Amino acid sequence: MTERKLRILVAKPGLDGHDRGAKIIARALRDAGMEVIYTGLHQTPEMIVSAAIQEDVDAIGMSIMSGAHMTLFPAVIELLRKQDAGDIRVFGGGIIPDDDIPQLKHKGVHEIFTPGSSTQDIVKWIKEHIPARA
Amino acid sequence: MARSPRKAVARAKRAASRKTASKTAPKKKAPVKKAAARSASTPVYDAAGLKRQQAEVSRWKGSTLAKSLDKLPGRRDPFVTDSGIPIPELLTAVDRKGERFDEIGLPGEWPYTRGVQATMYRSRLWTMRQFAGFGTPKDTNERFKYLISHGMTGLSTAFDMPALMGYDADHPMSLGEVGKEGVAISTLKDFEILFDGIRLDQVTTSMTINASAIVALAMYIAVAEKQGVSMDKLGGTIQNDMLKEFIAQKEWIVGPRPAVRIVVDMIEFCSKHMPKWHPVSISGYHIREAGATAVQELAFTIADGIGYVEEGVKRGLPVDDFAPRLSFFWDVHNDFFEEIAKFRAARRMWAKIMRDRFGAKDPRSMMLRTHAQTAGVSLTAQQPYNNVVRVSLQGLAAVLGGTQSLHTNSLDETYALPTEESVTIALRTQQLIAHESGVDRVVDPLAGSYFVEHLTDEMEKRAFDYLRRIDEMGGIIRAVEEGYPQKEIGESAYRYQREVEEGDRLIVGLNAFKSDKDAPIDLLKIDERVAHEQVERLRRVRRERDQVSVDTALSMVEAACRDEKLNLMPPVIEAVKAYATLGEISDVFRKVWGQYREGGIF
Repeated sequence: MTERKLRILVAKPGLDGHDRGAKIIARALRDAGMEVIYTGLHQTPEMIVSAAIQEDVDAIGMSIMSGAHMTLFPAVIELLRKQDAGDIRVFGGGIIPDDDIPQLKHKGVHEIFTPGSSTQDIVKWIKEHIPARA
Repeated sequence: MARSPRKAVARAKRAASRKTASKTAPKKKAPVKKAAARSASTPVYDAAGLKRQQAEVSRWKGSTLAKSLDKLPGRRDPFVTDSGIPIPELLTAVDRKGERFDEIGLPGEWPYTRGVQATMYRSRLWTMRQFAGFGTPKDTNERFKYLISHGMTGLSTAFDMPALMGYDADHPMSLGEVGKEGVAISTLKDFEILFDGIRLDQVTTSMTINASAIVALAMYIAVAEKQGVSMDKLGGTIQNDMLKEFIAQKEWIVGPRPAVRIVVDMIEFCSKHMPKWHPVSISGYHIREAGATAVQELAFTIADGIGYVEEGVKRGLPVDDFAPRLSFFWDVHNDFFEEIAKFRAARRMWAKIMRDRFGAKDPRSMMLRTHAQTAGVSLTAQQPYNNVVRVSLQGLAAVLGGTQSLHTNSLDETYALPTEESVTIALRTQQLIAHESGVDRVVDPLAGSYFVEHLTDEMEKRAFDYLRRIDEMGGIIRAVEEGYPQKEIGESAYRYQREVEEGDRLIVGLNAFKSDKDAPIDLLKIDERVAHEQVERLRRVRRERDQVSVDTALSMVEAACRDEKLNLMPPVIEAVKAYATLGEISDVFRKVWGQYREGGIF
């Protein structure tokens, strides 16, 4: 059986337009052999969840720089659960203070990558922690 | 790689013959002033002296340099600037044999390479302008008053994401974002609180807002009027550079063409009614922060400037009526000399473009005045106190580059808006540069430096190459619609990241000289109280205002949107005075022109 390629949705929720990180991650994941869909900017949690389900992704990686992470991450996870898509894993990065990370993980975010993380760390983490869904 | 002396000599000979071959008479240009005419073709170095130096340099390359490299090869080969400009082993007058006096000029004169004022900081220091804005208008009003009491000389307002994107605090898109990245503003009421107790004819204010800039400027005018200050007395700058939004920062309401139309409406309005106001700050900052190199920042920003001037001229505005009020905004990144060269090259390029391309006659149209901010993107979350050092080096580069005003970043800005303590250190950094380092005592101290003049020329040449490509595409608006600058920047950003990850580029504390434990820093937190308070006030304003006046005012805004011959400023001013909200006015723009969306290309 050939292994299915991992499908990752790179998502940019909220109003901030700082997409340098999101685009770099999207390219790095693609270079690492994953199928990557990038949502583009200014997505609502509804738009992200609907794209994730439609594209049948294994995980959603969200980039947030505006400080709205405590609102937006849980909103996406909540919507995924409501739509029976709780098996799509959510990870993310951006300007997220260390103090907020335990609470985000408690709410169901699998991993948070803070400023200075290398793309290779993220690739490695995905390969180790995101199983391709059947 | 070790080098043989023989190769070094051959290289030097080749370089020397290239120099002779490319020697052409510089083209004479219509001078701005008589003084410039006299110096138009004056060489800086005399031929006889250069000949002797050439012999010395050749000898040195064959002996001293070759021996030294044999023993200890260079740590890198080649050395390049952060933009990829090769850095030769040594530059001497011989490499600058074509140096013309008119390309460097004198301070306060064409082509302004040495600065836009004759005396620079000897007469007046740069404006220390720390960007501030967070939470409620009252929170920011208090921060303004704090900074003024600590010696800050100009206000600078950051707005929150909903305000920047044209949404009111209670819009679903504003969820979680109210007051987070700047001050929350929905109505004139918020502006009244923001500037409470600050006489607007006593300060100059910079407002960092673009897509909804027209609303913010209208509110500022309205608040001033309530203080009894007429708009012709208002001094300051509104960023209002939409082209760089589509290129880099990505805050927009409508698409590029209507967005630029609004910008030009504001330029026109200010040229007639607000002689002390800068209606656009043509910004390289965000282009750089999105990953551009210094050369790309220079090129795309000047291209944006050309775009606005072209649109203004197309509308029939005489160029000298509005160009003197255009100002610029540069990033100051790590590569010290390249950054200084960027400021110098930018001034020279703008002078040439305004005179030769647009036929400007007023010297003020040709002067590139600029604000600068240290590079937020260069700060690291690791070992955050190192950021103070980075900022001081970058701030020094901006001053040596001849900036007119400066924001120095705070050490905690990789994580959050700065705390009062860290913003004070950032301000003190500028005060140290101004009052202790001694660099304020001399005008353009690096002029004539073989290396800095070389870099200035190289930056200019490479940026003009980009400008030619953009012209061939049909101008900057077209290039932006095709995503050209966006793609170029994306490539550079990815390359930079690869270099960091492969250890080719060392960032202290990040991929080198790491510490096990980073010193903890306090962070400014914005709680949900802010959103709650904002929404409360917004609803109260909506309840108490006269709805008929609001509806009438908004329909006037819509009429002006639909008629290119009308200027949007007057009806927007009337609308904010009637307490129409920022979101409602933006909704009119969306209704007429449609909400802009960018595809998910990476």
